[in-house]
Amino acid sequence: MIGIISYGAGNIFSLTAALERLGIAYGMIYNEEDFEQHDRYIIPGVGHAGAAMHKLEQTGLIPKIKSLTKPVLGICVGMQLLTSYSEEGDSKLLNLFPIRTLRFKDSPDYKVPHTGWNTIFPEKENPLFKNIPSGSHFYFVHSYFIEYDTTYTLSSTNYNSQFSASIWRDNFYGVQFHPEKSGKYGETLLTNFSKI
Amino acid sequence: MLAKRIIPCLDVKDGRTVKGVNFVDLRDAGDPVELAWNYSRQGADELVFLDITATHERRKTMVELVKSVARQINIPFTIGGGINEIADADALLNAGADKISINSAAVRNPAFIDELAKAFGVQFVVVAVDTKSIGDKNIVHLNGGRIPTEKETLDWILEAESRGAGEILLTSMNHDGTKNGFDNGLLKLVNDAVHIPVIASGGAGSVQHFVDVFEKTNVDAALAASVFHYGEILIPDLKEILRQNNIEVRTIAE
Repeated sequence: MIGIISYGAGNIFSLTAALERLGIAYGMIYNEEDFEQHDRYIIPGVGHAGAAMHKLEQTGLIPKIKSLTKPVLGICVGMQLLTSYSEEGDSKLLNLFPIRTLRFKDSPDYKVPHTGWNTIFPEKENPLFKNIPSGSHFYFVHSYFIEYDTTYTLSSTNYNSQFSASIWRDNFYGVQFHPEKSGKYGETLLTNFSKI
Repeated sequence: MLAKRIIPCLDVKDGRTVKGVNFVDLRDAGDPVELAWNYSRQGADELVFLDITATHERRKTMVELVKSVARQINIPFTIGGGINEIADADALLNAGADKISINSAAVRNPAFIDELAKAFGVQFVVVAVDTKSIGDKNIVHLNGGRIPTEKETLDWILEAESRGAGEILLTSMNHDGTKNGFDNGLLKLVNDAVHIPVIASGGAGSVQHFVDVFEKTNVDAALAASVFHYGEILIPDLKEILRQNNIEVRTIAE
């Protein structure tokens, strides 16, 4: 059963609705004991990365999260929290990935927020993207992105330049797009995560 | 590559979808949740729900509708109509809405845009602008085009962007309901001036109108209602023609 880490950063109605549609069992995680009841975890998040990090710190769950060995999936800001740093609020983050979250630079050539359906290209073999063709569209809405890194980027997307659409290190995963809003392929990704 | 978005708009009144010609003469076109589900299956990229009566009746927005949509639909959607305070927006966000659209509330109190952006992030805030030409000027209108304001359209859009709008939904009231095509001149002017996504609205009558609006203005998305509701344009066919015109669109899973 998936445990959704509750720390007050953004609504999870759409995420839980998607899990219910897919018949994937889930529960909520409020304290350290709750981790034992679950075999994988989702860190959700919308809004300001610095504010989200502050809320996560207040739960006291950070040492436990960093020590997890079961699969963990961060979504959107929940993914950004896994990195070392965000330009949003000049914030130090969990540093489970030694890469940074940066703002899309102002430019006349593209718009910010990066809003809509963009193509993702898996760069490594991983069950998270099973049955999802390279070049499939996923739904993004964000002004900050995780830099591209040959070691940690699991799939990439091109907007102003190449960035991390998803990251992977051991049991830790993050996706910048919203699988719960990304049509059938998003649902496939959530199902894949429930089986990793 | 970022795809151009096709957005059916569902005008909702009393829990039913309606679409008026120039926002008057309402006609019933079905159950909004069922329509939404159908559109998501056909390949719509996003949905917009507008409670068109909210401005007159001060009706609070449709939290229950938003919940039913979020339970059943796997694409993003925006809800607009009667959102006047942070608490309204908060309730809709928690019910599963991806974005909210504000129109007259922002015109009357522009600082509301700043408050929403600060509370929820710019990605949550769509500013809808209804525009109509008066003489040689484009003027922002309220209440479905009935009431002119003092604001010139481009000035207002630039102010909305600077205050924290994450997206602009621009409806030309001169074109809305005519099925003669989008207001490509104004849309290009606006799209070139802002650095946030622009959704074109008002005037869609044929597939070629969608090709034109993307080719001539480079807007991010195009919205329409009746041509979709009454099956005059089918989304899979529309996307196929856009693709043939080298316009990037999303392909959906079989």
